[in-house]
Amino acid sequence: MIPNYYYIIIFLFLGIAFVGSAFAVSFLFRPKAPSEAKNSPYECGEIIQGDSRIQFNVRYYLFALIFVIFDVEILFTMPWAVVFRQLGQVAFFEMAAFILVLGLGLYYAWKKGALQWQ
Amino acid sequence: MSVIFLKGLAVLGFIAVSAMFSIWLERKISAWIQNRMGPMMTGFHGTLQPVADTIKLLLKEDIVPKGVDFLSWWLAPFFVTVPVVMAFLVIPFSSKWIALDLNVGVLYVCSVTSICVLGIFMAGWGSNNKYSLLGGMRSAAQIISYEVPLLLSVLLVVMQSGTMSMQGIVAAQEHGWFILKPHLTLAFLIYFISATAEVNRVPFDIPEAESELVAGYHTEYSGMKFAMFFVAEYTNMFIISAIATTLFLGGWQGPFLPGLVWFLLKSYGLVAFLMWMRWTLPRVRMDQMMSFAWKVLTPMALLNLLISGWFMVK
Repeated sequence: MIPNYYYIIIFLFLGIAFVGSAFAVSFLFRPKAPSEAKNSPYECGEIIQGDSRIQFNVRYYLFALIFVIFDVEILFTMPWAVVFRQLGQVAFFEMAAFILVLGLGLYYAWKKGALQWQ
Repeated sequence: MSVIFLKGLAVLGFIAVSAMFSIWLERKISAWIQNRMGPMMTGFHGTLQPVADTIKLLLKEDIVPKGVDFLSWWLAPFFVTVPVVMAFLVIPFSSKWIALDLNVGVLYVCSVTSICVLGIFMAGWGSNNKYSLLGGMRSAAQIISYEVPLLLSVLLVVMQSGTMSMQGIVAAQEHGWFILKPHLTLAFLIYFISATAEVNRVPFDIPEAESELVAGYHTEYSGMKFAMFFVAEYTNMFIISAIATTLFLGGWQGPFLPGLVWFLLKSYGLVAFLMWMRWTLPRVRMDQMMSFAWKVLTPMALLNLLISGWFMVK
C-alpha cells in the first residue's frame, strides 16, 4: 500500500506526459517555415512600437496583497470547519472573532480606497 | 499501482473526449441561440467537427514570436493543462468511479485548480505582446479576487457536512441536496458566480475580450500549444460544474438511473448553462467586476459564514 500522496505525483506525471506527447506528435507532423514578418508579435499588423514589458498599474498588486491575507485566513478556517460542530459554541466564537478582525481589515482597505479601481 | 495508472489513462481519455464534446456543444448552442445551424458538414450534425479541428491544430506550424521569454512561454501550456488533469483525481463520478477519495479532497481540488492562474500569467508575460500582457494581468487579478468568495462558499459546505472528502460530502446529501438549504442556496449562487469568473467565461471574460484584446493571454500561441489552452479552458468548465454538482447538487445520487449517468447529466447541465450565459449576457467592465468581487460577494460570503455558523452550533 503506497501513501495517498504518491497517487498525486502519478497524476502529475500523467498530466505532463499528456501535454508532452501532444507536443511531440505535433512536432513530427507540423511544417517549419519561420520568416521575419511571421515571427513578429501581433500588433494589428503594424510595426511594433516599444517594449511590451512595461511598468504596470499598481492596483493589480494591491489586490494581490489583499488576496494573500484572505487566502491564508481561509486555510486557517478549513480545519476548524471540519470539526467545529463537535467543538461547540466556544470554538465558534473564537473563529467569529478572527473573522470579524479580518472583516475590519477589509472595511479599512475599502475606506482607504484600496478596492477602488481607476 | 497499476490500477491508479489505468484510472489516470481513463481520465486523460475522458478529458480529450469531454473537451471535444464541449466545443461541439458550445458551437451548437451558440448556433441555436443565434438561429443558425452551426457545424453540419463533418459527420452527423457536425459531430466530427472537433476531430477535424484537432487534426488541423496538430498540423499547424508552431510560431515562436520574436523576443519571447523562452522558459515561461514554453512552460505556460503545462502549467495550464497539468493541474486540470490532477484535479480529476478526486472527482467522484459515482460511488465507485473515483480515482482516489482523498480525505482533503475539496481543499486539494481548489488548490490544484488555482495553479492555472500561474500558467495564464506566464503566457501573458512570456509572449512579448501587449495584448497578452494585459490579458494575463487582468486574468490574474480576476482569478485571485474571485478565489476568495469561492473558497468561502466551499467552506460553508465543509461546515455543513463535517468532512473534506468528496465522497463524504456526497454521502452527507443523502437526505436532501445541499442547494435546498437556504444558506447553502446563497453559497451555491456565490460559488457559481465566482466559478464563472475563475474560468474566464462571459460575463467575466475581460481577460480575453475579443473586441479589445484580440485573444488575451493566448494571442501569440498557435498549433498544439493553443490547443492545450483550449482543452484546459473547456475542461475547467467541466471541473467547476462537477465540483458544483458534488458540493451542492447531491453528486451522483438520483433515482432510477445509475450514478455515473446522474453525475454527467448534472455536470453537463451546468456546462450548458454556462454556455447559455455566454451567448446571452454582455461583458462587464473591469472596475465593475473587481468591486463586485470585493464589495459584494466577499462580505456576503463572510456574513453567510458567520450567521449560518451560529445557527449550526446554537
